[in-house]
Amino acid sequence: MQTNRLYQFGIIFIMLAFTLFCVFPFVLLFSASLTNDLEIVRSGYKLIPNEFSLEAYRYMWNNSTDIMRSYGITILVTVTGTAAGMAITAMVAYPMSRKEMPFRNALAFYVFFTMLFNGGLVPTYLLYTNYFDFKNTLLALILPGLLANGFYVILMRTFFAASIPKEVIESGYIDGAKEWKIFCAIVLPLSLPVLATVGLFYTIMYWNDWFNGLIYVTEKQYFSIQNLLNRILLDLQFLQNNTQQMGKGAELVAKLPLDSMRMAMAVIGIVPLIAAYPFFQKYFVKGLTIGAVKG
Amino acid sequence: MEASTKAYAERRAEAAADRAASWKQLLRRVRKYRTLLLMTLPAVLYFFINNYLPMFGVVIAFKNINFADGILGSEWIGFKNFEYLFKTSDAYIITRNTLLYNIVFIILNTVLAIALAIMLNDIKNRIVSRTFQSLILLPYLISMVIVGYLVLAMLDVEKGYMNNSILPLFGIGDISWYSETKHWPFILTIVNVWKGVGYLCIIYLAAIIGIDQEYYEAATIDGASKWQQIRSITIPLITPVVSIMTLLAIGRIFYSDFGLFYQVPLNTGVLMPVTNTIDTYVYRALITMGDLGMSSAAGLYQAAVGFVLVLVSNYIVNKKNSDNALF
Repeated sequence: MQTNRLYQFGIIFIMLAFTLFCVFPFVLLFSASLTNDLEIVRSGYKLIPNEFSLEAYRYMWNNSTDIMRSYGITILVTVTGTAAGMAITAMVAYPMSRKEMPFRNALAFYVFFTMLFNGGLVPTYLLYTNYFDFKNTLLALILPGLLANGFYVILMRTFFAASIPKEVIESGYIDGAKEWKIFCAIVLPLSLPVLATVGLFYTIMYWNDWFNGLIYVTEKQYFSIQNLLNRILLDLQFLQNNTQQMGKGAELVAKLPLDSMRMAMAVIGIVPLIAAYPFFQKYFVKGLTIGAVKG
Repeated sequence: MEASTKAYAERRAEAAADRAASWKQLLRRVRKYRTLLLMTLPAVLYFFINNYLPMFGVVIAFKNINFADGILGSEWIGFKNFEYLFKTSDAYIITRNTLLYNIVFIILNTVLAIALAIMLNDIKNRIVSRTFQSLILLPYLISMVIVGYLVLAMLDVEKGYMNNSILPLFGIGDISWYSETKHWPFILTIVNVWKGVGYLCIIYLAAIIGIDQEYYEAATIDGASKWQQIRSITIPLITPVVSIMTLLAIGRIFYSDFGLFYQVPLNTGVLMPVTNTIDTYVYRALITMGDLGMSSAAGLYQAAVGFVLVLVSNYIVNKKNSDNALF
């Protein structure tokens, strides 16, 4: 009994240490965004600021054109990409789950092979820039690489095949329903768990994507929030120049709380996901574990 | 003689009729399921454009591309691009970095994830256990750009938490993290663990939860210690999942997380000897230097070796347990 309690105490202590290790940088980032900028310059980022300040957020709010536009682009891209991606995925996964469907195996191989081999960055880049002229368009943030992938298709197909009884589809036929009707009115409503999981993965993927923006977008007005953050991370001057361009005058720029503002921008980049996390956590964990089994 | 010819002709006619019948049947099936077939079109088209067209683009690696002639019209130069690539020291460095980092990541992440999963499962208080689970998944949720910010907040030379608050505790002076290569193998490994272990841990935890409790009850009655139970029950029973995850990782050992090696070191030139991997090399050769030859050669080198590694690792899984194989 004594050793048992010691063991409980030990594992909780170790897990607590690891959890703190995971959470600590987030707390530091959040505190830094709330610290008076002069204090940061003087003594660095602190876990508990001596001089608490909302200055960074106030500046951001007052100079919010860039941030708002980027936020808008991220939301637009995330919503469009997730909706279109899920529609495409479900529409190919469902026929693949039907045993009597012609060319079923060929289709499965066609989808699966995309997971094994790829042409790499150079041909993809040339395709989308030279042949499709996607450079500096919103499509570049939605289409290349993200819209559909073999893994999600196979995840959904497996769910449809395992959880939609054949009899349900047949009874739909007997009632005279067409394929399309059966898909929308019977199959999809029965598949909410997998739709939630895949939808969540799409949302996180689009919200977090910065790679497409990095290679296909050079003009500021098409930056997603991640790309804006990326530019500011690699180049603090970018934040300064931009604020200057907005015509606020040099003396204001000199007082700009650059360090805390940079951290505050990162905070608003993660807040939506973190705030929604408790609500989607169930599906998130489920999706991760299904992913492991189906590889 | 005549009889056999006749029989042969009959057989041929029969076979032809069979073929026609099966064609007809297929056509009938296509007509019957035309809606289903049409539904697959958007995805089929997307995969064709996004995945299959670039596969044909691998010919770029064997050409001296100039845009006046286009990809098809450009001159074939055989393996020249590969020759140039492997003559530089870059080829060795990026291969070494990609492989070594991945090997360290695989070993460290697997061991830590299993240990954490066992501990999480053993915590009796469900609420405490749930809270830990949620919190260790947080890093998995955010983009590498944000990770770059978090690392900067820790390591910034003037304002970072390390130099200002942690190192003084040990009486160590400031370290200029972003200009000394010797720290980065450790930093990148820690960041990778920080971001990835939570996810792997949850997968192994799910496997552990699936183990029948009776094994442990029987072992406890027999007087087995905690450590013996872990060694003789938990580990053997989660081995299938662990081997699948590990083999999947080995299949991707030639690929690296571009964000980790590009964003986290803030694309710093001096750090490149220890942060340049195949993915960052391909990106820099293409976008920064505009060197299509080198970058497509490196890309094809990666894709080809990666493809072989996936096949090999799948072959091994298949041999061990065909249920767990990918194909």
